[in-house]
Amino acid sequence: MKKFKRILTYVFLSVAAIISIYPFFWMVVSSTNASVDVTRGRQLPGTHLIENLTNLFDQVNIVTALSNSFIIAILSTFFTLLTASLAGYGFEMFRSKWKDRTFNLLLLSMMIPFASIMVPLYRLFGRITPTAPLIGIDSLTAAFLPTVTTAFFIFFFRQNTKMFAKDLIEAGRIDGLSELGIFFRIYMPTMKTTYAAAAIIAFMNSWNNFLWPLVILQSPSQQTMPLLISNLGSSYAPDFGMIMSAITISTIPTAVVFFVMQKHFVAGMMGSVKG
Amino acid sequence: MRRLFRKNNIGWLFVLISVIGVSIFYFYPMVDALLLSFQSGMGSNLDYTGLDNWARLFNDPTFISALTNTFTYLIIQVPMMIIFALIFSVLLNDPTLKFRGLFRTAIFLPAVTSLVAYSVIFKYMFSGNGIVNQFLMNLAIISEPINFLTDSFWAKIVIILAITWRWTGYNMIFYLSALQNIDNSIYEAARIDGASIFQQFTKITIPMLKPIILFTTITSTIGTLQLFDEVVNITGGGPGNATITISQYIYNLSFEYTPNFGYAATVSYVIVILVVILSAIQFKVAGDKE
Repeated sequence: MKKFKRILTYVFLSVAAIISIYPFFWMVVSSTNASVDVTRGRQLPGTHLIENLTNLFDQVNIVTALSNSFIIAILSTFFTLLTASLAGYGFEMFRSKWKDRTFNLLLLSMMIPFASIMVPLYRLFGRITPTAPLIGIDSLTAAFLPTVTTAFFIFFFRQNTKMFAKDLIEAGRIDGLSELGIFFRIYMPTMKTTYAAAAIIAFMNSWNNFLWPLVILQSPSQQTMPLLISNLGSSYAPDFGMIMSAITISTIPTAVVFFVMQKHFVAGMMGSVKG
Repeated sequence: MRRLFRKNNIGWLFVLISVIGVSIFYFYPMVDALLLSFQSGMGSNLDYTGLDNWARLFNDPTFISALTNTFTYLIIQVPMMIIFALIFSVLLNDPTLKFRGLFRTAIFLPAVTSLVAYSVIFKYMFSGNGIVNQFLMNLAIISEPINFLTDSFWAKIVIILAITWRWTGYNMIFYLSALQNIDNSIYEAARIDGASIFQQFTKITIPMLKPIILFTTITSTIGTLQLFDEVVNITGGGPGNATITISQYIYNLSFEYTPNFGYAATVSYVIVILVVILSAIQFKVAGDKE
């Protein structure tokens, strides 16, 4: 009976694992096959990878989309980490009644669904476009600006700052460092793992973001990878091999981040629950 | 001047950028959306029309479809996913199980894909001559391909399956790490008292995981209320409006049809109200004893 249960567990988990992995397998295999073979349900790697990639680079502006996605994701991650860690540190290290109240108010913004502020945000960017086109509609800046200051990351850094040794701050003050100096020279280096975990989440969020870029980026030269894939996916005569190779390429950065930094990845997820 | 910037005042400098940012990009839009919801007109030519937009909601068949669909996804998908995630985490928490790391990584893997990427993959897998139909026909489970994407019933099922595939492993990780904090001796004591595995699950595991289950339920609920990427890329909201969600309807009202920002803002406030009500209910239900 016990052995039977064991076997049942393994079968159940194996089925779940196969269902979880199969779409990845199919995605990679299909990117090496011709479109006809993909439709016929071919499950083995083929010889059309180079051809698919050539088609992709010839027919679609994938280089532009990739570089746009990277620029947006890197800038977004950088500014998110900088502003959120400053704020998390500020709220925790310089506590006061009014700062706690402000913090609670900021937390409320986590409940705001993005779909409900998308129209006003679009109008806001529309209004500044004539005077400042570089941060207006259709600019890469507009694609990441609203995602930079989010309560989630402020909360995340504040929670982690609780574990930061306050003695280090006193030591810095005695050494004559300014408050900002303490933050940049002492806090930042000691909190490396916290920054790593936050960086992973921020990068993935930005890399995968679809709705806001769809709203704010309009010309083909400003397309990001999710926009490109969404367009390809809705084409009437899809070249499956080519599309699958585009999807594979877009998945590589996040998959690499996941496998290389698995520990930080989970730490980043858990950071939202602690405390 | 120097004294002014000492200690607590310098703290405000640290938080300043974030406070300004959240105010501009979250709080101001919320106020603007509220004002917009009482206005009507095309594009930016808006006039105040009182409660007209709010009244329109009740007679708008597309809005009612979007609301019903969103709730269908919510009621079926969220509990199903949480139950699966709980089962996986309990099974994988057993230290005598072989290949635990492998199973865990495999089941979590869907969570690293972008929503658009996996949606397009699912769309192709479930198409008329797609891999799923081929598989079911080879096994002789069905004799004719199912129109997964063009049948209003099956299209909803595909959306639900897709979201479950993407998020079950993600939620499982939360439960797994919470399970690691439960002392094993509690289970041993229960076993000595003759508690079955099912009893251990409902009497120990679930109560101990209550806070984290609440957390994942709330985040999943908020996520489902905002569902957009999957529906747009798998079914496009169709057939008819059989799979359209509230978020997609807001997008269509603002950017696909003749832009009507005022009414779009009204629909978007419905999501806000739902998020607040549902979160409050979940807190109440789960937090009854504390």
